[in-house]
Amino acid sequence: MSDESPLPAIGAGVQTGPIVNDFCITISTVNGSGSATANNLLLRALFRMGIPVSGKNIFPSNIQGLPTWYTIRLSKDGYLARLEKDDIVIAMNPASFKRELDYILPGGVLFYADDIKQEITRTDVIAYPMPVKKLIKDADVAPNMRDYIANMVYVGVAGQMLGISLDELYAALDFHFKGKKKAIDSNFSVIKAAAEWTAANLEKRDPYRVERMTGMTDGCIMADGNTSAALGALFGGLQFAGWYPITPATSLAESLNEYLPTLRKDPQTGKYTCIVVQSEDELAAIGMTIGAGWAGLRSMTSTSGPGLSLMSEYLGLAYYAEVPCVVWDVQRVGPSTGLPTRTQQGDLTQVYFNGHGDTQFVMLIPGSVNECFEFGWRALDVAERLQTPVIVMSDLDLGMNQWMTRKFEYPDRPLDRGKILWEEDIDALVKENKDWGRYLDVDGDGIPYRTVAGNKHPRSAYFARGTGHDEYGKYSEEPEVWERVLDRIARKITKSIEYLPAPVLTGDGTSEIGIIVSGSAEPAVMEARDQLKAKGIATDVLRIRSIPFHTEVKDFLRDHPRVYVVELNRDGQLRQLLTINNPEYATKLYKVAHTDGLPLTAKWVRESIEAHEEKAS
Amino acid sequence: MTSPVPVSPVTVNLVGLSRSDYRGAASTLCQGCGHNGIASQIVAALYEMNLIPENVVKFSGIGCSSKSPTYFLSRSFGFNGLHGRMPSLALGALAADTSLKGIGVSGDGDSASIGMGQFKHIIRRNVPMVYIVENNGVYGLTKGQFSATAEKGLTLKKQGVNQFLPVDICAEALVANATFVARSFAGDPRQLKELLKAAISHRGIAILDVISPCVTFHNQENSIHSYTFGKEHEIPLHELSYVPAREDITIEDYEEGTSREVTLHDGSTIVLKKLDKDHDPTDRMQATMVLEEARRRNELITGLIYINPDEPSFFDGYGLVDEPLNRLDDSRLRPSREALDQLNAVFM
Repeated sequence: MSDESPLPAIGAGVQTGPIVNDFCITISTVNGSGSATANNLLLRALFRMGIPVSGKNIFPSNIQGLPTWYTIRLSKDGYLARLEKDDIVIAMNPASFKRELDYILPGGVLFYADDIKQEITRTDVIAYPMPVKKLIKDADVAPNMRDYIANMVYVGVAGQMLGISLDELYAALDFHFKGKKKAIDSNFSVIKAAAEWTAANLEKRDPYRVERMTGMTDGCIMADGNTSAALGALFGGLQFAGWYPITPATSLAESLNEYLPTLRKDPQTGKYTCIVVQSEDELAAIGMTIGAGWAGLRSMTSTSGPGLSLMSEYLGLAYYAEVPCVVWDVQRVGPSTGLPTRTQQGDLTQVYFNGHGDTQFVMLIPGSVNECFEFGWRALDVAERLQTPVIVMSDLDLGMNQWMTRKFEYPDRPLDRGKILWEEDIDALVKENKDWGRYLDVDGDGIPYRTVAGNKHPRSAYFARGTGHDEYGKYSEEPEVWERVLDRIARKITKSIEYLPAPVLTGDGTSEIGIIVSGSAEPAVMEARDQLKAKGIATDVLRIRSIPFHTEVKDFLRDHPRVYVVELNRDGQLRQLLTINNPEYATKLYKVAHTDGLPLTAKWVRESIEAHEEKAS
Repeated sequence: MTSPVPVSPVTVNLVGLSRSDYRGAASTLCQGCGHNGIASQIVAALYEMNLIPENVVKFSGIGCSSKSPTYFLSRSFGFNGLHGRMPSLALGALAADTSLKGIGVSGDGDSASIGMGQFKHIIRRNVPMVYIVENNGVYGLTKGQFSATAEKGLTLKKQGVNQFLPVDICAEALVANATFVARSFAGDPRQLKELLKAAISHRGIAILDVISPCVTFHNQENSIHSYTFGKEHEIPLHELSYVPAREDITIEDYEEGTSREVTLHDGSTIVLKKLDKDHDPTDRMQATMVLEEARRRNELITGLIYINPDEPSFFDGYGLVDEPLNRLDDSRLRPSREALDQLNAVFM
């Protein structure tokens, strides 16, 4: 059951009709206890049963000892957004036990480690003890591994009670440990013992269970956005990545390293076609990335808010010197160090206005894990085609959580290396008596031709700089030269908007109410849309996938009397950008924004829109 | 009939290029600026080494020093980056084609203050390039503030007295495990040229701290960064000659036991003729001592302070394909459909 229609309060042990494949489980553990493995096992096993699932890790900025939560939502209808309350809680951490109890819906279930000697204050939940200590003591496991393997007990107990077969759990273990027999077997022995204990000792008194489904997960995989972005970039011909560790972007660069040997080793020579460098800080990460991009490598870096702030100055240079490069901004909660392990869409205006002087940064905003893969390669195409930095706006929720998503699709076009000239190209120009200047607008699209270091033609070289320069790259302080070059750079981007990913419309476009959304806020909006529809309120949803905005965005604003801009930040940053670009429609744009570190829920989106609609009517 | 006026043939080097093929735009720095002398020696060194300008890439940060890459090698690619952040830019660019020779020009403001972090880290990584610090102890482009290499007690017109001890570029490089550390003086062109050649041949980071007087804001006779002081107090460690690979070393020019040789990775050799004392530049301990002694005696020691020609360079550790990365065609860069199918199967 979702939190939209809670069960009536009933006494523990009273059976109602079964609730199948439509509920939410939250597992409460201590961070650093190895619970990620156990949680991923449950998620993977459910997914393999054909049940749409999503998993969200709510974790502290800490290595060991603080409370951490993992929420698995099963949704037979395919909704992936966060829910506000839990049907089932698995409590392994005494420190947060009291709080967990409050989050269980009436009629819900509590599994708890029986060494937690605290009063269960709720009479409207069904409580099952789990003899974690005893089962681990009896298991054939090295003493130093006991704490890590303790979490397998709840996998076995919950699996047995919900109806996940041991075969499915074994297959999930096999996936997680990549076939390493010893690790699989020691974990599985605990799961099996726990399941057997449960079958013999616990009587099922709750309505929740899982059943194999067909049709809902066909053609889908389960992955996180950071891994997918890295894979996308490697399929996009990435050649250089400079990066510095920062939560929640770290796993993106680490995934590059993980997949380099399988994907980017030259089959003939066994040598690499891509280089990944961990830098000393973000100032250097972006410097390296821009150096590589300038010299003709498909280059990127990955970071989050604080790192992005440090990269501002170099990005400004890359904008003005017209250097292609890609920055993945896996957003976390700011300002300042903020909440490093929580999610937000808080960097939109920062990136839009990045740096001093007049700039315009191209942003791509993936809305799913599948799109993280697609934008992984596409961002490199856009950067080289437009000769400009491209910032991909992901976030922690998308980047670090496991999502059910459509299979990765092979790029539908060859690499776009943009307008690049090698020796024979310059020879041809010289033969035709044509001029070559690094910043000459030859084609009238504002995009000049570039050469890169290593080109041996005596006329190929130029001196790149962030200082004023003319069409030949020569230093210039001439007023008209400055203005001409800067205007041409603006033109090159405005003329290329059609090259950027277009917005996606859901609905027939004729509703009174429009909703604009971007990125990971989409699942909550799409679920809210269905809930509103069930109440007779029709809406059209437009998901923005790139900035600067396509013309369809203005059309959408024109065609809808009221437009709600739903986003995960305090100030309504997407709405601010829409307002600046569409001042004529400013008065019909409504902010539906908040930020508390957690992903949006459909309930909050729906209620926010309903509240405003009531006021409006 | 008159016979044609004989045209004097242009002198060319072994790759058929004249000196003018190595020149850059006219300098816009002050007349007499040490940086101009350094640019001339870069031109001379590369001409004499028969390097093709297209095989060199120039980098710089921000400041008077960082303007100078436009004053040499017009036919080479160059990138004038951000203040103190030339090293990262160079690292990324050199990855594109590791056969290229990188020459970075920085200053004491650029490297010893804002850029200290990147200076240290490019050294630590042993990125193969020449890193010249045009060191004058003063911020010239902003008109005369103390830099971090200015000596304690120095007085400047608008700044008063400098209270802080100077950063020693060579000592910092040595501590960061640089594989080539040298100091020279813009007023000693012969030594500078030989050191430049050795630095270009070195496979690894070559730090060249060149005392380069600022004639406009800081050329006080008593200061270590002035022409007068340099001319009077320069103590060369050796008489130094660079001998290219495949050229016989005329060792008989030197008395036995008065010289030592260091062979570089490309087969070229540095011949060091003993002067006052026998400094062994392959000994890190001696290198440290030499710097410390010079500091105590207020001397400008110049020459090759330290070299380790055998350390693997940054790119050696990455197992990259032999051809330049930036010339790989699409088929080498995009994995196959089958590879993606396999990944999809794994994530199912």
